[in-house]
Amino acid sequence: MAPYDLVGYFGLTGSYLIYIAIGFAFGFILESSGFGDARRLAAQFYFSDLRVVKVMFTAIVVAMTLIFWSTALGLLDYNQIWVKPTYLWPGIVGGLVMGVGFILGGYCPGTSLVSVATLKIDGMFFLLGHIAGVLVFGETVDSINEFWNSGHLGFFTLPELLHLGTGVVVFLVACLAIAMFLGFEWLRGAIYGKTQ
Amino acid sequence: MNGSTEKTQYWNPYVGGILLGILLFFSFFLAGHGLGASGGVNRIAVAVEDLVVPEHVDKTPYIAKMAGGDRDPLAHWLVWEVAGILLGGFASGLLRGRVRLQTYRGPQISTRARWAYAFAGGILMGYGARLARGCTSGQALSGGAVMSVGSWTFMLAVFAGGYGLAWFVRRLWQPEA
Repeated sequence: MAPYDLVGYFGLTGSYLIYIAIGFAFGFILESSGFGDARRLAAQFYFSDLRVVKVMFTAIVVAMTLIFWSTALGLLDYNQIWVKPTYLWPGIVGGLVMGVGFILGGYCPGTSLVSVATLKIDGMFFLLGHIAGVLVFGETVDSINEFWNSGHLGFFTLPELLHLGTGVVVFLVACLAIAMFLGFEWLRGAIYGKTQ
Repeated sequence: MNGSTEKTQYWNPYVGGILLGILLFFSFFLAGHGLGASGGVNRIAVAVEDLVVPEHVDKTPYIAKMAGGDRDPLAHWLVWEVAGILLGGFASGLLRGRVRLQTYRGPQISTRARWAYAFAGGILMGYGARLARGCTSGQALSGGAVMSVGSWTFMLAVFAGGYGLAWFVRRLWQPEA
């Protein structure tokens, strides 16, 4: 049953080739969706181009539904899937810092990679900044260790938080996504007019 | 650089989203975890650091976990995924004639200022992504799909940070009002 031990099946080199292939598809989809262009990414925050939210939440709902179905059908062992442990406060503060970095720099780490791959100079400066930022973090994390580990809730999921069945939460998230798409479209129409 | 001619060349965002969702599912199904980007960049940066100042790497706990002693920071799936992202982005851009040395910037800002803001934003993004234990790919997309509470609060924070500042820095991206 899935997931599989890729290194066990295919060896180290084989598993790396699979990850290159997954990354290739990831980069291809990002670039084809317009995510190599900082102007289109930043436009999300001015409601003039909504592809960030549309791509992201469509992907989340599709993946979530497929994971739910394949688990229900007994094809996938959900307990073997890596759910990132929740560290509430560093997640929220880190997220805020990233939001600021996003609107200033125009990219997130993954999108800056496809920007660099298509020779965008602003993407290259962003990636250099990203590298500087992670190096600074590595040097300074020991002084903020307590905060970095605060709000630790372990593997904590929305169905546990809401005391609802997983299927119900999948349905609610899908509804939320559709409501967001409609709400953002309405906002864009209200700000820029319908003809876009 | 005309927006209307370029726009038609990009995929419909819902098509991109569905394909990305299927890919994300495949990653979980095959390997048991989602997609990532910033963690791979981190490891590549640490690998270079380890070449330049190996003693310092061994003495700094967070990076020693990746590159201390005989540990190879590149022996990790994230590094290979990052290599794949670069190749895939290049291939997609090549097919549509978008591989071209240029700077994307808002209509009101100079090229040099755009570079400076991109660098500054990158620093915050790199630092924030490590603080949050993942970026838009690893936390928001992957953690969001497996319904991690921390990933959803993280995602809200990213949008809050972006929307909170957007109006004040609109000169970076918006045409003159």
